[in-house]
Amino acid sequence: MSSKQTEISKLSIRDLSFYYGSYHALKSVNMEIPDKKVTAFIGPSGCGKSTLLRTFNRMYALYPNQHATGEILLDGKNILDAHQDLNMLRAKIGMVFQKPTPFPMSIFDNIAFGVKLYEKLNRREMEERVEWALRQAALWDEVKDVLNRSGNSLSGGQQQRLCIARGIAVKPEVLLLDEPCSALDPISTARIEELIFELKADYTILIVTHNMQQAARVSDYTAYMYLGELIEFGDTDTLFTTPRAKATEDYITGKFG
Amino acid sequence: MLSRYSRRRLVNSINLIASLLAMAFGLFWLGWILLTLISHGLGSINTAMFTQMTPPPGSSGGLLNAIFGSLMMTVLGTAIGTPIGILAGTYLAEFGSRGILAPATRFINDILLSAPSIVIGLFIYAIYVSKIGHFSGWAGALALALLVIPVVVRTTENMLRLVPNTLREAAVALGSPQWKVITLVTLRASKAGIMTGVLLAIARISGETAPLLFTSLNNQFWSADMNQPMANLPVVIFQFAMSPYEDWQKLAWAGALLITAAVLGLNILARIFFRQKSLS
Ligand SMILES: Nc1ncnc2c1ncn2[C@@H]1O[C@H](COP(=O)(O)OP(=O)(O)OP(=O)(O)O)[C@@H](O)[C@H]1O
Ligand SMILES: [Mg+2]
Repeated sequence: MSSKQTEISKLSIRDLSFYYGSYHALKSVNMEIPDKKVTAFIGPSGCGKSTLLRTFNRMYALYPNQHATGEILLDGKNILDAHQDLNMLRAKIGMVFQKPTPFPMSIFDNIAFGVKLYEKLNRREMEERVEWALRQAALWDEVKDVLNRSGNSLSGGQQQRLCIARGIAVKPEVLLLDEPCSALDPISTARIEELIFELKADYTILIVTHNMQQAARVSDYTAYMYLGELIEFGDTDTLFTTPRAKATEDYITGKFG
Repeated sequence: MLSRYSRRRLVNSINLIASLLAMAFGLFWLGWILLTLISHGLGSINTAMFTQMTPPPGSSGGLLNAIFGSLMMTVLGTAIGTPIGILAGTYLAEFGSRGILAPATRFINDILLSAPSIVIGLFIYAIYVSKIGHFSGWAGALALALLVIPVVVRTTENMLRLVPNTLREAAVALGSPQWKVITLVTLRASKAGIMTGVLLAIARISGETAPLLFTSLNNQFWSADMNQPMANLPVVIFQFAMSPYEDWQKLAWAGALLITAAVLGLNILARIFFRQKSLS
C-alpha cells in the first residue's frame, strides 16, 4: 500500500491476524514498514495499535491464550515462525512502553542490564556505552553525577528517557515506541521528538501516538487503524493533507475519535 | 426526616465510634498483657540470666542454655525454611498461571499456614523423633522450618504479584531470559516485602512452644549438640511457669519478657524495612 515503492522494507506484514483468546483483535493486516524511517500508528483507543506493536517482538508469547497468524518478515525472515529464538528477536527489536518502567536498580545498572545480556564489556567499555546511550536519550547531562542513584528516583520524563536509553544501549535495529510521550510534559515530549528525529538515521522506528501533531511532526509514514484493521497507510504528508479514506479524514480532522 | 446529608454524617460518626471502641478494646488487652509481663519480668532480668544455666528447683540460675537453644533452632529453622519458601513462592507467582500444580500447592500451603502448630510438632515426632528414638535440636529446627515455609511462600507470592507486569515485560523486551527477569528484576523489586515476610515468620516461630514440646523437648544443661534434646525458651517458660517454685516462676516471667521484646524488635525492624520500601 506504500505510496513510495522505492523504499527497502524492514518489516513486511502479510495477512496478520491476532487473537486474545477468541477475540479477533487484528484483522488481516498487510503493510511494508520501510527501513530507517519513522512510521507512526494512529487510530482511536482500542483499535489495536499496541496489539500490533506487541506482535513485532512477540511480547504476546508471555501469555498463553494470545496468538497471531500470518507472517511478519524481518529482513525477509518470518519472525512468527515457531523456531524463532525470542531473545534474539528482542535483541534486534527494542520496545519502550507507555508508562516508564525503570528496573529497581541504579541508573547505570538499568542501562548495563540489557547490554550485559549480549556483550562482555569491561568496566571502561561499559561506562562508555552507558554514557553513549544516555547522551543519545538526552539524559546524560541531568544524571551524569548521580549514576548510582536508583532509577526510581528520577522524574517521570527522565525515567522515560532512561527507558529509551536502555532500549538503544543494546543497539537494536528496530525500536517500538508505544505512546512514549503520553505521560510527559511538553518539554520532555519535545526532547523525545528530537531524539526520535536523530535516531532514525540508525534505527527503524515505529511509534504509536494519540497526538496527530506529533505523528505529523516526527513520522515519515503514517498508518491509520480502526477496529483492528489497517484503513490507510502512506506517506505522512499525503495522509494528513489528502487522505484517501473518508474515515481517515474524519479521524485526523477530529470529527470522530 | 433527616436530610440525606445529615443522615450520612450520622452514619459516619456511628461507624467511627464503633471502630474506635473496637480498637480500644483490642489495645486494652494488649496493653494489659504487656504491663503484666513487664511488671513481673523486669525485676528478674539480670546478668545471671544470660550467663547461667537453668537451675534445679530451689536454687538460682539463668536461661543461657535456653536462650542459646532457642537462637540455634530459630536460626536453623529460618535458614532451612526461607529458601524453600522463597523458591516455592516464586514458582507460584511467576509460573503458576498454567497447570494444576500451582493451585494445588497454593491450597496445601494455605492449610499449612493455618494448621495448629502442635500438629506440625506431632508430625515431626512421628516421622523423625520416634524413628531415631530421642528428642533432638534438629527435630525442633525442622518443625520450626515447617512453620516458616508457608508464611514465606505466601508473602513471596503476594509481593511478587504486586510487581507490575509492565516491569516484567520491559525486561523481557530487552531479550532477557526468564530466570534473569526473575532474579534480577522481579525478586529485587519485591525484596523489602519478602524480607518483611521472613522477619514475621521468625517472630512467629520464636514464641512457639507446641512444636518444640514434641521435638527438641528441653535440656537442663548446656548442650550445643543438635542431635541431643535442646533447651529453648518457650518450653522452659512452660515448665517453669507451671511449677510451684518461685525462682522458676520468676525466670519464666523473665524469659517471656525476653521473647516478647525480641518479637517486638523484629516487628519494628519489619516496619522500618517496609517504610523504606514504600518511600523509594
Ligand atoms: N490482554 C487482553 N485481553 C483481551 N483483550 C485485549 C487485551 N488487550 C487488548 N485487548 C483488546 O484488543 C483490542 C485492541 O487493544 P489495543 O491495546 O491494541 O488498543 P490500542 O489501539 O493500543 O488502544 P489505546 O490507544 O487505548 O492504547 C481492544 O479492543 C482491547 O479491548
Ligand atoms: Mg495502546
